Amino acid sequence: MAEFTGTPRVRQVNENQCHMCMPLGGVVALRGVEHSIALVHGSQGCSTYMRLANVEHFNEPMDIASSSLNEKQTIFGGEENLRKALDNVIRVYRPKVIGIMTSCLAETMGDDVERFVETYKKDREMGEVDIIPVSTPSYNGTHTEGFWATTRAVLAYYTQPSERHEGINVIVPNISPADIREIKRILDLTGLEYTLLPDYSLTLDRPYGGRYQKIAPGGTSTDAIARMGGARATIQFGLTCPEQFSPGRFLEQRFGVPLINLPLPIGLESTDLFIRTLKEISGHPVAESLMLERGWLCDAMADAHKINAGARPVIYGEPELAYAFAKICMENGATPAVIASGTQNSGLAGLLEPLMNEAVEEMVLLEEADFVTIEEAAVRGRANIAVGHSGGKYLTERQGIPGVRMGYPIHDRIGGQRILSVGYTGSLAFLDHFANTLLEAKYGSYRRLRKEELLNEEGVSDAKA
Amino acid sequence: MENDCSLPAESAACIDERQLSIMTTGKNKSRIHCADDSLAGAVSQRACVFCGARVVLNPVTDAVHLVHGPIGCASYTWDIRGSLSSGSEMFRQSFSTDLKEKDVVFGGEPKLAACIDEIVEKYHPPAIFVYSTCVVGMIGDDIVAVCKEAQHRHGIDVIPVESSGFISGNKIVGYRAAGEALLKLVRPKDGETVEKTRKLNFLGEYNLGGEKWLVERYLREMGIEINVAFTGDSTVAALKKAPGAFLNLVQCTGSMHWVAMNLEKEYGTPYMDVNFFGAGNTADSLRKIARFYGDEEITRRTEALIEREMSRVRPVIEKYREKLTGKRAAIYVGGAFKAVAIIRQLKELGMEIVLTGTQTGKQEDYEQISGMVSEGTVVIDDANPAEIERFLLEKDVDMMAGGVKERFLAHKLGIGFVDHNHDRKDGLAGFDGAIRFAREVYATTCSPVWERLKTNPFEEL
Repeated sequence: MAEFTGTPRVRQVNENQCHMCMPLGGVVALRGVEHSIALVHGSQGCSTYMRLANVEHFNEPMDIASSSLNEKQTIFGGEENLRKALDNVIRVYRPKVIGIMTSCLAETMGDDVERFVETYKKDREMGEVDIIPVSTPSYNGTHTEGFWATTRAVLAYYTQPSERHEGINVIVPNISPADIREIKRILDLTGLEYTLLPDYSLTLDRPYGGRYQKIAPGGTSTDAIARMGGARATIQFGLTCPEQFSPGRFLEQRFGVPLINLPLPIGLESTDLFIRTLKEISGHPVAESLMLERGWLCDAMADAHKINAGARPVIYGEPELAYAFAKICMENGATPAVIASGTQNSGLAGLLEPLMNEAVEEMVLLEEADFVTIEEAAVRGRANIAVGHSGGKYLTERQGIPGVRMGYPIHDRIGGQRILSVGYTGSLAFLDHFANTLLEAKYGSYRRLRKEELLNEEGVSDAKA
Repeated sequence: MENDCSLPAESAACIDERQLSIMTTGKNKSRIHCADDSLAGAVSQRACVFCGARVVLNPVTDAVHLVHGPIGCASYTWDIRGSLSSGSEMFRQSFSTDLKEKDVVFGGEPKLAACIDEIVEKYHPPAIFVYSTCVVGMIGDDIVAVCKEAQHRHGIDVIPVESSGFISGNKIVGYRAAGEALLKLVRPKDGETVEKTRKLNFLGEYNLGGEKWLVERYLREMGIEINVAFTGDSTVAALKKAPGAFLNLVQCTGSMHWVAMNLEKEYGTPYMDVNFFGAGNTADSLRKIARFYGDEEITRRTEALIEREMSRVRPVIEKYREKLTGKRAAIYVGGAFKAVAIIRQLKELGMEIVLTGTQTGKQEDYEQISGMVSEGTVVIDDANPAEIERFLLEKDVDMMAGGVKERFLAHKLGIGFVDHNHDRKDGLAGFDGAIRFAREVYATTCSPVWERLKTNPFEEL
């Protein structure tokens, strides 16, 4: 009989964080808008930390400007510094779009960034640079909310009542550039016209070119964003996206574009759902090449099903990904011991309930979790494989649970920007990685473990029965 | 329109106010503008006061490091250093009071007190460092009072670190905050005395990749014991014995000069600067220490050690020197002490320094640096990516030494890169470190990859 436990956080202290701060997600989302740069209104340290986290994950240079607030501005307000920062950023980077993410400090100071921007634009007679303020205080949300809030703010800035057109909107959560490229490849196979937002598939994963472009080419064009209000429908991979930050909901409420909220296409069932949705919208049959890919995934699932059945994963990270990986694990016979997210009110409880009904083992759901809590639950639930970002490193280092790095941020492996796990092809890549991680652990230990279990110190089969 | 700083038009777009912080040795006689606040919007590579305090204190292994603020400050600095510990791993836990909106509105003091109580109940640590962050400084939480009460309640050291990020973007200010916290920790309580010994303290040594242990091995061979390092592989109990040292070595001068001066003032312990990066620097430093002890046996052992190690290092350096002679290097690091050490090492490897700079250097540091490099070298204080890129290209650099943020900029330009930052996992100090450094410089400068990347056979020319 399956047991489903949702454990609220009882401790005050957060020990080993499973989430990052709100503007960090905003900075990533903004990279998906063409010709843009992020400016963090706060202390110098905030932008530097965000650069570090992103540089390590994407293995790309990452320029984020700062208004470099210091003591004086905490008394007199940060307007002067913000204006100077805008001047300098425009001068050196020549962006078309500047997203201003507020830090905790700026929000606590009560800086009215919207008004600052209005005055600035009026004074400078700026026509050609769009400046989009986004409120992202970390005491109000994680990097996940920051990502959604910024995507929504970008939409709210650009979309206008426009003529109905045949195209669709596709809105993605914080996934890898490789995942975005795979989703675009699948969309291209349907013949549908689409606008994908935010598209950082090229800006945060640059092909080598022997030079550094300050603002990398790529990203969703603002013209395309402006027309998203006239689309036939919005597909949003955002089952866990909070309503108040939901970009798709915004388009539905403001422009009447129907919102189709889907799980990330990770795993057979979720990818089928995505492909079926595209088939229905386009009216075209599914591309043969996709059916081949589906066949290979099914074949791999058959071949690996008993290996995967031995897994008790601990899955952690942003809610959308935690749900997607829980789902692919379960459809392959691996019942998660723990599913955890650092986000408060992640929406995971409601989503996971039907999955739990299938489970024959206990599953623990942790919301607003830190890694000390996750680690304890993983050990208690006898987890034997960890799926998630680098924050789970102690699961491996201290508990000996081998890890499969997925999600964001990843700083202890190379190639976070290239991890592919969506679509039939990505799901297969994930499953192979998952099963091989289990096999490596097994081959590395089974002789020793059976010996320890069945023989006594003299190497003789123990008589105790 | 694509922005490309390699175009001449773009170099003109560099910021006027930054020009005083960039100089070319031999050309302009005027002093470099440095140690000031970063310019808004200039994309400084600097961090903040909190970061400075955190990196200095974090290697105290058995203390709890509690960040009082919203989540980001703690999660960005979790396990931030590659410091190794011979005992407790407590310092690798990242504690945050995780302030939420209601705490910001009504004050975070009750939550801080509750977090301290939870930590003491669970771990019974000998000390807790409580770091203040921007928001805490802004809402006016009295962390000094909360720490004092908690110290009284639990009978352990609960030490506030005044590190609100907005105080400055310069980590040096954070080093000072950390220094104050350390001095508070080591100060004997009323009635306590610390016995004087012949041991030395090793300040500004963080045991990255076991570097403290390596130097300790040398010193032990010479007949000298380390009392405690500030702060690599230190414990609260060992730090409390710091006043008993005979001598204070200061390595990372940016973070520890001020502490050494105060230890001298309070406990009469003299201090000297040392530098264990590079074989030459290591030998010089060991000799300097031996001279201070003025003991014939120590001197004899020191010379024997240096001779043995140098005969091992020399052929390796020579081997790489052959490959590296004439290659052009850039160095952009946090502190001047590190810049100076790297300049000397790269010169020993036959390389030419064409660009250098720091995030936190002072006037006298830049004078020293200018004296070490040849004429025409560009020196930058508080550089930004646009400036670094511009000079990497203008100066036709082959290899850059720096931190994580510069790494991929170099790679994008097809330039080798050596990480010399505080999260590195391998030691670069001492004679072994000099060998490892030389090997790494060679591996990246002369990597076969760069040649392969230069041309694309399918590109129409």
